[in-house]
Amino acid sequence: MLPPYASLPERLWHHALHGLTGLILLFLVLPILVIIPLSFNADSFLMYPMSGWSLRWYEEVVASPAWRRAIANSLIVSPAATLIAMALGTLAAIGLVRANFRGKALLTAILISPMVVPVVIVAVALYIAFAPLGLTGSYLGLILAHAVLGVPFVVTTVSATLQGFDFNLVRAAASLGAGPLTTFFRVTLPQVAPGVIAGGLFAFATSFDEVVVTLFLASPEQATLPRQMFSGIRENISPAIAAVATILIILSTLMLLTLEGLRRRNERLRGVRPV
Amino acid sequence: MTTALDSLDAAALSGTPLRRQLRRAERRRTLWLLALIAPLALFVLASFIVPIASLLGRAVDNPEIHHTLPDTVATLGDWSGEGLPDAVAFAALARELAQVKGTPAIAEISKRLNRERPGSRSVVMRTARGLPLAEGADARAALIALDPAWGEAETWRVLERAGRPYTAFYLLAALDRSTDAEGRVVALPPEEAIYLDVLGRTFTMSLVVTLVCLVLGFPLAYRMATLPVRHANTLMILVLLPFWTSVLVRVAAWIVILQNEGLANQFLMWTGLTDTPQRLLFNRFGVYVAMVHILLPFMVLPLYSVMKGIPPVYLRAAVSLGCPPFRSFWKIYFPLTLPGIGAGCLLVFIVCMGYYITPALLGGPGDQMISYFIAFYTNQAVNWGMAAALSAVLLTATLVLYAIYSRYLGGNAAGQVR
Amino acid sequence: MKRTRLVLPLAAACLVAAGAPAHADVTVISFGGATQAAQKKAYYDPFAAERGVQVIAGEYNGEMARITAMVQAGNVTWDVVEVESPELVRGCEEGLFEKLDYSKIGKPADFVPEAVTECGIGTFVWSTALAYNADTLKEAPGSWADFWDVARFPGKRGLRKGAKYTLEFALLSDGVAPQDVYRELASPAGVARAFARLDQLKPHIVWWEAGAQPPQLLASGDLVMSSVYNGRIAAARREGRNLQIVWNGSIYDFDYWAIPKGSPNLDQAYQFIEYASRPAPQALMSAEVPYGPTHKAAVATMDPAVAATLPTAPANLVGAFATDTAFWVEYGEDLEQRFNAWAAR
Repeated sequence: MLPPYASLPERLWHHALHGLTGLILLFLVLPILVIIPLSFNADSFLMYPMSGWSLRWYEEVVASPAWRRAIANSLIVSPAATLIAMALGTLAAIGLVRANFRGKALLTAILISPMVVPVVIVAVALYIAFAPLGLTGSYLGLILAHAVLGVPFVVTTVSATLQGFDFNLVRAAASLGAGPLTTFFRVTLPQVAPGVIAGGLFAFATSFDEVVVTLFLASPEQATLPRQMFSGIRENISPAIAAVATILIILSTLMLLTLEGLRRRNERLRGVRPV
Repeated sequence: MTTALDSLDAAALSGTPLRRQLRRAERRRTLWLLALIAPLALFVLASFIVPIASLLGRAVDNPEIHHTLPDTVATLGDWSGEGLPDAVAFAALARELAQVKGTPAIAEISKRLNRERPGSRSVVMRTARGLPLAEGADARAALIALDPAWGEAETWRVLERAGRPYTAFYLLAALDRSTDAEGRVVALPPEEAIYLDVLGRTFTMSLVVTLVCLVLGFPLAYRMATLPVRHANTLMILVLLPFWTSVLVRVAAWIVILQNEGLANQFLMWTGLTDTPQRLLFNRFGVYVAMVHILLPFMVLPLYSVMKGIPPVYLRAAVSLGCPPFRSFWKIYFPLTLPGIGAGCLLVFIVCMGYYITPALLGGPGDQMISYFIAFYTNQAVNWGMAAALSAVLLTATLVLYAIYSRYLGGNAAGQVR
Repeated sequence: MKRTRLVLPLAAACLVAAGAPAHADVTVISFGGATQAAQKKAYYDPFAAERGVQVIAGEYNGEMARITAMVQAGNVTWDVVEVESPELVRGCEEGLFEKLDYSKIGKPADFVPEAVTECGIGTFVWSTALAYNADTLKEAPGSWADFWDVARFPGKRGLRKGAKYTLEFALLSDGVAPQDVYRELASPAGVARAFARLDQLKPHIVWWEAGAQPPQLLASGDLVMSSVYNGRIAAARREGRNLQIVWNGSIYDFDYWAIPKGSPNLDQAYQFIEYASRPAPQALMSAEVPYGPTHKAAVATMDPAVAATLPTAPANLVGAFATDTAFWVEYGEDLEQRFNAWAAR
């Protein structure tokens, strides 16, 4: 790293940079680590030092109907929204990458726009638009809203993957007599699968962490995990919140590692080797 | 090309020229691809574009009085605005108010009038309580008896103004402006004017967060870019872990750390920097800390991807040519990172401007940004016109910045960030 | 490829299941926190056991807008909601609540008179009072004037974010007698006086919205004093916090059960209100949280030890007064608007 002929100021600078980046990384990671032990706290305060260890807060989360419903709701809404976003987004990405027509840039911008528009505006707009249709306080409305928010991630990641996809393969399949559906499922999809899965993970993470739109659209019956956390933080920040947070941290670590695995697999397939 | 195709045309055995065949095939292919895009386009149109457009429409829409008191509004159309309107208007108002008494519609009317002129709610409700009038009663005398405000021309002028189908009221109010009796745009009195403040605050807070993110993100990205890839990947995971962790988890974590008896205060008191716990939560400081924590990855990732692309030989060449290391860093390396700085800053700034959850949970009333007021007017004050007008302001600011971002710094947010 | 083919039907099935109409549970919205915990114990769980109707508990902070928006859109998802008295009267006038059919609830004569209204039945009497952390304050405050005295009692103070109660307390602190507070507030000069008084304290105020916040902020030392819902303090004391209430200058009010107009589960809503208005569950509720019951039989059979902690105990009524519902119905909207503009600055 540091060449042996480095001067004293260079050495100092080097070590200062090390120390500084270490502190910055600590700032990024420490808050997330701090909350984990508190979820095993024996008493009801979210404070250090802890009086003892126990699993009572996990028991409370599992036993509480509100948290159980929130977990169930998140497991209904996020996968459903992800599936919609993945299905529609993948098809559209294939169309967008291959087609050439006037207004393509505009259409792409529109399809990406849910990612750019501030989420409060989305929430208010959907709340006002969905209410007369009976879609507020319903699972369907919430799923549709979350799907819209997830769509741009699927479109962009799948498009990016398709940039490296050789469409001669499709032509080859067609010339060998495969129908469009067969070609799609047996040639195109396996090739772009990492992109679709990555896009799906982004869409899932977006929905799974979504609270603003949920605040507006969901009634208590559809309260998702982040929504329940929001009222928990607002109302009564107990170690039960820390327990849920710990579960979510484990989940997000798993998602991150999956994505990292996908990325490495992709690099390996393309022959890019880590140095 | 043309001649080649022409000769092919001539040689075509089928009756159709090849060029037309090709063009038809091309058109069929495009249609087929458009059919792939169509489901998503329709979905986004129906559950995103149309709702947003109709929300923005509400910024100028003025339906309450117009819909609920149509006859009254119609009769006021002929009124000069001077003196009291004629008896027909009084009668129409008495009849139409009686019809909506005890329904949510009367609340809408009175709220709408109250926005134009505080105190109008009581006038409407008090009047409605005395309705309907006895058969054959003199509506003018009866209404004025129910509330003397009906004897003032100003009350009717407010009603007429609020009864127009469209209004600039909300958009003006979002900029702390209103119209006076003569229709001129004037500034609101200071005790009512808040949105320019809020807008300024939104910009200031976004700017501070962006700058802090840059100051922290630059060295981190630089260090990652100069490390071997395998180590850089490990650091990247540390950057991405908070990025993937739920925003609410992070807010909860910061509450735990920053509260009065939290770790931060314990640390400060242990070091002897302070004897009494400092207030770190429910103020601007707490909001800044949590927002920087949440947005730092948005800065690091574009910076890192730009720095990765700068060949280290440039810097070595400069040094070997006798330029001192710090000077060559500043003169050679730093300018090359400018696109990354631009992308990261704009991105963080854009995301910041729309922030709602973090200030709502960690800030006081003086630390709320424009999103909070949009939510407030939707959920607490049921003033959708105002929510729409503020949305229009925020959306305009966001889209302008985003246009700059994609025009000059290329790519889309997702490609850069994730 | 079988797996891929499964995806679409699965998504469709998800959507169908998600779109299915709600079953006959009852969604009950209250003010959350310790009160909600007590309501769950006293009402929700035993009611579910008796009637086989699950209670979906939600919480809000008294924002009428949620109800207004639901009723206006014709998409009501709340079945029963706990409301404060001015909001009840206002909402009733605006057609936001069902007019109650008392034959489905109980004999009006069985309840204290204030509890029986057109659109809501009183569920308990509660009070907004001054509370402080006796571990962090060396000297006990005795009035709202002390609350404003930052020299003698340094530290942050909590107040509910809203005009109601805040303006009353500001005037009380300025030496206005309890019986004159609402007369004073009805005049522009009185309102200006209250806001001027709040201006003085503004840098020291932390605003809370949910009733669960002030006991936590007091316990953590973030606040030295706060306005509180009296029941929340009792709950915190049970957890071993040394929080004390100053009853002098407290304001009591009724909270009511009301049914938003167009509730999809009207029958279950009535069943719930009927159950929650019986004397035995009400007594259980009061034992959990010191809020006064409204059913006369529950009042009569009250354990004296519990009765002494209620806002309506004679000792606690000294210096206390009732919310002027008519005042807040009349001026509430304007004052809240002005308050919000003031607070956001």
